[in-house]
Amino acid sequence: MRPVNKLIAWTLGSAAVVAAVALLSARLSPALAAGSSRQLAGPFTLADGVFYFLAVLAVGGAGGVAFSRNILYSALGLLASLLGVSGLYVFLSADFLAVAQVMIYIGGVLVLILFAVMLTNRIGEVNVSNASLGWASGAILSAVLLALLLLVAFEVPWVTRAVASGPTTAPLGHGLLQQWLLPFELASLILLATLIGAIVIARKEIRAE
Amino acid sequence: MVPTLSHFLAVAALLFAAGLFTVLTRRNAVAILMGVELMLNAANLNLVAFNRYVVGGMAGQTFALFVVVLAAAEAAVGLAIVLSIFHTFKTIDVRAADLMRE
Repeated sequence: MRPVNKLIAWTLGSAAVVAAVALLSARLSPALAAGSSRQLAGPFTLADGVFYFLAVLAVGGAGGVAFSRNILYSALGLLASLLGVSGLYVFLSADFLAVAQVMIYIGGVLVLILFAVMLTNRIGEVNVSNASLGWASGAILSAVLLALLLLVAFEVPWVTRAVASGPTTAPLGHGLLQQWLLPFELASLILLATLIGAIVIARKEIRAE
Repeated sequence: MVPTLSHFLAVAALLFAAGLFTVLTRRNAVAILMGVELMLNAANLNLVAFNRYVVGGMAGQTFALFVVVLAAAEAAVGLAIVLSIFHTFKTIDVRAADLMRE
């Protein structure tokens, strides 16, 4: 069965990508801590290189989601994009959020999406089932919004402050159990309702006579 | 080119535009959900970047954490609805689910 072989190959490939990124970040993190200002070429430091690598990973993955004709490739692009954003969280000294991103998005949401892809499509005909509609209008609207956002990002004189970067997991935990305790509990309630709702919606109908 | 706030905002803008394009042009319900996830990620990146460079404190990161939790809930319920639609209509073309229009 050729489609199954292809699927296995893609699964192995994505696992290799995850392993490579994990290995790279593990190798780079001491280097980042010790010599993030070490210059590679001209004013281009190691930290800058890591930032641009992660940004390209995130944006390239997003492009794969948006433009791939095959929905399975779209899901793999989403994987790359989520990994890149997770790395950018580390860059912004949001370490807990980065780990939560990997665990919840890649370990949970992406696996759910892959399950939905495989349960709702026969893998052989995924190329047909991902057709687009209103390509031109969507492209124009997205391009206008992108131009506006980029204009805001680069033209507004943002008042930034000097920051001391450091681990933020402990303050985050303190905040969740003190200042934001009520939203925290509400989030758990929402998760419970979601669990029950998803099971009720997705289960097979059983006729009670 | 040291990464500044503007660089992170630019990455988030590109992610958001890609997500919006996905939502607008796809007919496959699962692909639309992927686009929504991309847009939520872009918003989250903005929250954390502003928290790091402008505001300080923990509020931005906490908010982003709640967004992640709600995105997971949204994905679970959304995909359950997609599966239900597939069982009913035998397709996940979003234009097919128009039974209530008649």
